[in-house]
Amino acid sequence: MNRWSRRAFIGAGTVAGGGFLLGVAGFTFAPGRHSLVSADAARRGQLTTWITISPDNFVTILIPHCEMGQGTQTALAMMTADELDADWPLVRAQEAPALDAYANGYIVRAAGGHYVPAILGRGVDYGAYKVAEWFGFQVTGGSTAVRGTGEYGMRVAGAAAKEMLVAAAARQWGVSASECAAKRSRVMHAASGRSATFGELARSAASERVPTSPALKNPDSFTIRRTSPRRLDIPSKVDGSAKYAIDFSTPGMLYAAIEIAPVYGGALLSVDTAPADAMPGVKKVVKLEEAVAVVADSFWRARRALAALKPEFSDAGHGSVSSESIFAAFDKVLGAPPDVPAHAAKVVTAEYRVPFLAHATMEPMVCTAKVDGDRAEVWTGVQDPLNARKTAAKALGIDAANVRLTNFVLGGGFGRRLPFTFDYVDLAVRVAKAMSPAPVKTIWTRENDIQHDYYRGAALSRHAGALDGSGMPIAAHSNYTGGGNGESVFMPYAIGDMKAHEKKADHPIRLGQWRSVLNSQHGFFKESFIDEMAHAAGRDPFEFRRALLGERPRFKAALEKAAAMSGWGAPLPSGEGRGIAICESFGTIAAEVVHVAISPEGRLRVLNVYAAVDCGDVVNLDSATAQVEGGIVFALSAALLSEITIAQGRIVQQNFRDYPMIHIADAPKVVTAFVRSDAPLGGLGEPCVPPLAPALANAVYAACGARVRELPIRNTPLKRA
Amino acid sequence: MATTITVNGAEHTLDLEPDMPLLWVLREALGLTGTKYGCGISACGACTVHLNGRAVHSCTLPLSAAAGQHVTTIEGLARAGSLHRVQQAWIAHQVPQCGYCQSGVIMAVAGLLAQRPAPTDDEIDAQLSNVCRCGTFVRMRAAIHDAASAAEGAAS
Repeated sequence: MNRWSRRAFIGAGTVAGGGFLLGVAGFTFAPGRHSLVSADAARRGQLTTWITISPDNFVTILIPHCEMGQGTQTALAMMTADELDADWPLVRAQEAPALDAYANGYIVRAAGGHYVPAILGRGVDYGAYKVAEWFGFQVTGGSTAVRGTGEYGMRVAGAAAKEMLVAAAARQWGVSASECAAKRSRVMHAASGRSATFGELARSAASERVPTSPALKNPDSFTIRRTSPRRLDIPSKVDGSAKYAIDFSTPGMLYAAIEIAPVYGGALLSVDTAPADAMPGVKKVVKLEEAVAVVADSFWRARRALAALKPEFSDAGHGSVSSESIFAAFDKVLGAPPDVPAHAAKVVTAEYRVPFLAHATMEPMVCTAKVDGDRAEVWTGVQDPLNARKTAAKALGIDAANVRLTNFVLGGGFGRRLPFTFDYVDLAVRVAKAMSPAPVKTIWTRENDIQHDYYRGAALSRHAGALDGSGMPIAAHSNYTGGGNGESVFMPYAIGDMKAHEKKADHPIRLGQWRSVLNSQHGFFKESFIDEMAHAAGRDPFEFRRALLGERPRFKAALEKAAAMSGWGAPLPSGEGRGIAICESFGTIAAEVVHVAISPEGRLRVLNVYAAVDCGDVVNLDSATAQVEGGIVFALSAALLSEITIAQGRIVQQNFRDYPMIHIADAPKVVTAFVRSDAPLGGLGEPCVPPLAPALANAVYAACGARVRELPIRNTPLKRA
Repeated sequence: MATTITVNGAEHTLDLEPDMPLLWVLREALGLTGTKYGCGISACGACTVHLNGRAVHSCTLPLSAAAGQHVTTIEGLARAGSLHRVQQAWIAHQVPQCGYCQSGVIMAVAGLLAQRPAPTDDEIDAQLSNVCRCGTFVRMRAAIHDAASAAEGAAS
């Protein structure tokens, strides 16, 4: 924690009504960017801080991360409240507004700097690294909220607030602070039996000296963490009252439907607006550089009128691009399989390919904007409100300080709503500018969403491995396209000669971050290949991996746990099989065993998935478990069914009919175990995605002898041998 | 042309195109935003509401088809301030993540339980085709069985 105290400033003050507020601001990384919390800020009623305690004894915690169903806001509130020794039923959480003071990038950077995996040559993990590059943003991504903001920010704020409350009580009672203790939103002095609520102490606590290095709890004294309080956002999600960006409404609001150049980079060449102009409810046809929008008094009318138009777009010179041409280019740059040492007793080679993927969040992209002169208001759902505000400002040519942005609960994120992918905000504010000063809600259809995503990249990877005379691997080499980094290509195994080289083959398809980022491709490549090496060696795939993990106790423990949970090795009926895989990403190690059944006709059913996860420690057990389950199902849908293909430069798929998802009937039973370790907290939103596809492919091989080297699996015929 | 529909017990007369999907009538004309747009082609179930007690996809149901009928949305599922047993089970099992699909799922499950008070796993699989990108299916199934047994308990 010394690191933290050098890098940050903690300030406090009172708020109107006699409350107490406390915040942490990172001026070291961004001089002048963050308004320090001060009595002056409080006097102006400016809430630029994380904790407020009101006289009625409620603690409100402002969370600088968005909620997209991952339980982050509840988990961060728990981490703060635990250090504060607040009574959980008296704790409220609220998303911090899109103000610079709530930028969280510097905290994540602190986490990134702190967490350097012991494995040499790999650098910090990708999530923290990537998010740290976005320093100054209010981003939720890279599985960083709990391990970054929570560990290095919210805990410290909670502990500091407690020390101040205790100091205030001690001063009132004329006793030593060391004789007082906080428990369940009260400060008590055991010797005299006196006690006061946090609410009663809040006003005087605010004038106490702010500790810069408050003592943090030993994990053994956690009272709220490691339990499973119900998520704070769930009641509003069962009665329809939760408000998403698509639900926002404001007086005089108009609706826009939009058609964007089908080939990325293309421009609107011409459009005859007459057919739409004459239709009921239509206010205007708005022509943008790369799109045409119809603005009307209802979305359905806007959409119907848009369908009557026949806009022409240019193809930016990419009209001949197809999935085939992209994979042909991959093939060409990869060339022959990588070389392996000449003294190998046995050489194993394999080629794997994965497709482009869309995020397909259940809530499509939606943004409402009102532009009035050099000012704008924006209502949307993003994983980084501060950067979205900048996007809007840039599109309008105005100062970011003149843009007020309200963020809503997200109907799924998975990386689609991250910095640099705010095209929906950019387009919506330009549509609204054309209708100024009327507010306009631009709703993307599912077709817009599938066809104008920032896709998970397609990739091709060629592997060669060498076994010695005893069947132990001595080399594993790969050449891959589609991007990679130290974390994603890393294999934990004790193989003397491991190499992975990227070969670049550019294409014009727009790429973004998809849940677990590069690990989603490389997890499949490397954990399929190690399985192929195990079979080539005539060894059990679990035992083969285990024998290579002697130097990696965390990996070994997770692998063994998953295998034990699954009953690995116990006989299965004909046509059934188990597959195993293990990946580290975002500071978390996830081992998964998938159990499948394949009918004589080749119909695949995924029966069970067993996950053993080492993310250090767990904050909210139940919502952490939900992230494991959700990550597995998300990855399963992609592995079984999902594929974005390109023809004539365009995305072929349009909606859930041709970009299908699994349903409840296809969902396996998921059994989760957390393997506690003394490692720093790891992320949880993403790390259970990468091992699923290879564990599934490995299970298919075990069940029927068909080796899946291409995703989605539906492209491989599965006939039982 | 005016159309009269009853939504959550309240009658509304609306001067809208008869072919406007019920989804947009509910969301934009009546402000009932709990019912969600997901695909517009009856492929994901986020827009599920009850038409005379039966689950239907409102994104492809024209307003004219609901004329004179009773529509129930997620906002009207709770009765007398008490959550429907499916909603209660959803909280007990902490089913929702992003929550966007859940109004539709809850309406679909409530509709299923009205037809089949104690559905088997196979019946659930056959009847429930909602898409949930967060992957909450594992919990949904447990919650459905809980809600079904709560109903049985109430009936006996």
